Amino acid sequence: MMRMVSALGLVAILCAVTAAQQSEAPPLRVYPVQGAVSVIAGAGGNVVVQNGKDGTLLVDTGLAASAGPLAAEVRARYRGAVLWIVNTHLHPDHVGGNDAFAQADGRKPLDFLGARFDGTQPLKIIAHSNVLARLASAANGPRLSDAGLPRDEYATPFKDLRFNDEPVVLHHEPRAHTDGDTIVYFPKSDVVVAGDIFTPGGYPFIDVANGGSVAGEIAALNHILDLTVPGHTQEGGTSVVPGHGRLCDEADVVEYRDMVVIVRDRVQDLIKKGMTLDQVQAAAPSRDYDSEYVTAASFVKGADFVAAVYRSLTAK
Amino acid sequence: MRVVLAALLLAFPAAPAFAQVDVSGAWASLYHEDLPERLPGPELGDYMGLPINDAARLRGDSYDADRISIVQEYQCRPHGGDYQMRGLSNMRIDPVLDPVTQQLVAWHTRMGFQEMERTIWMDGRPHPDDMAPHTWSGFSTGTWQNNMLNVRTTHLKENYVRRNGIPRSANATFTEHWVRHGTYLTVTTVITDPALLTEPLVRSQTWVLDPGQRMGRDICEYGDEVPRERRDYVPNHLPGTNPFLHEVADWYGLPFEATRGGAETLYPEYRSKMPKPEKPKLVCERYCTCGVGANAVCLLAPTAPRPR
Repeated sequence: MMRMVSALGLVAILCAVTAAQQSEAPPLRVYPVQGAVSVIAGAGGNVVVQNGKDGTLLVDTGLAASAGPLAAEVRARYRGAVLWIVNTHLHPDHVGGNDAFAQADGRKPLDFLGARFDGTQPLKIIAHSNVLARLASAANGPRLSDAGLPRDEYATPFKDLRFNDEPVVLHHEPRAHTDGDTIVYFPKSDVVVAGDIFTPGGYPFIDVANGGSVAGEIAALNHILDLTVPGHTQEGGTSVVPGHGRLCDEADVVEYRDMVVIVRDRVQDLIKKGMTLDQVQAAAPSRDYDSEYVTAASFVKGADFVAAVYRSLTAK
Repeated sequence: MRVVLAALLLAFPAAPAFAQVDVSGAWASLYHEDLPERLPGPELGDYMGLPINDAARLRGDSYDADRISIVQEYQCRPHGGDYQMRGLSNMRIDPVLDPVTQQLVAWHTRMGFQEMERTIWMDGRPHPDDMAPHTWSGFSTGTWQNNMLNVRTTHLKENYVRRNGIPRSANATFTEHWVRHGTYLTVTTVITDPALLTEPLVRSQTWVLDPGQRMGRDICEYGDEVPRERRDYVPNHLPGTNPFLHEVADWYGLPFEATRGGAETLYPEYRSKMPKPEKPKLVCERYCTCGVGANAVCLLAPTAPRPR
């Protein structure tokens, strides 16, 4: 429990820092990805938009501090109402805007039967049931109102729906970056939304306190590779939108998966030699990747990543 | 006077704006520079002449060549934009012209190997921002400096500076300087990688015009080359366990320390202070005629069986 609280505290600090940076940050930036999918950067985690004749589906909603500008950007740029939100996981830089969208949805007028005058469905917020359980628990604090919680939860290996004439497939990735990760696959647009399972240029935050594990992280990255099909010369093709950072494709995920596996192998070897966490961190088994995956602004430093790998490999 | 003025006005639009040189055409690579590294391929553990840092060195030490077979996504990868000019391949360069103004918009290169292509934008467009995808070839823009084409490339996917596991990160950028001398084209490449190099890596490659050349397709399909026992398996050597790192020093009679690379090994002064080889060679035993005279064929000497 202590670890969970400290991990969430760490995330809260990150979000506070990020929120503080938001006030000085440039405006939100919108990029087309492929097909009906685009991404909005600058709101915390990447916010993915699928839009069409039926309206708008969002994957993640960024930080609470960015919710106002984000909602305004979505209203101004995309036709139709936001009818679906999918949360890839529980961290506040990905669910923080839920409340704002839920409150806006709750203000829409209803007829005497409780249906919308404009014929739209009420906003539905989906996430894996572990996300709802953790967000609703006292340990995680009242970060979201009831309306902002992902109460359209699912507890199956996958869930699918069709929106804007496109299948939308939600895959639960057990015990990866957390225990409630969802990757979202848009097969017609040929886009995979990875959430924080994949963060190019930065180590994954394996949130062991919230059920994450390095084995699940590797399995999830392999699953993303199963879904992606590269284009000519092994690049392009299926787009992969990471939880943070630039647009990617299969080749970028391969490099990332290989890095995680190689560091995992080294930590595992040091554990077999009987080393404690301090000793493993002192051996710096990620030292050849730190210059590529760690910057002064990184949330996860090399020692943090190694500690998370160590803890998940030694967890009972 | 009017005639002179009219003649001047007619002459100006036809003149190149910045002493441009036509680099279009079919080109054949000359391999006399770094031939053993480029044709048969580099030896494992040979990091000489690379200004690598400790991180790159450990990445090279961890490299297991099975990785490019077992990880099937590697099998059909092309070279990075900075390595394309060094690979085993001919090249065709086409100008991309604005259909209305006939002004040069870009140079487009295509290689025979893995159908690698690059576009070097000449129309002054900016480089994309940090959210844009990275590609093997990167995003290139060019400007003329007298007769030299200067090219700046960003947004690269991770690749390698030497094909023995020495990586080049996705944070790297490179500049090129293209100079044409008659039927020869020389391209000097300067790679900057804040993650893995301690100073820029400078290399050059030369091409000769080859107008009769035809370039076909080179379609790659990956296959099961080596069984993969587990899905979470990526071949690699744990630190300190790679048994092949001394091979290059032993085979060529070199001091092991020199094979470890680093900026110092780039410069001639290093020869005077490098340690003595542990196993000096009195005669050459490996790739002895590689690039000698007109010999462009690199074969291992028959008396030097490759150790297993």
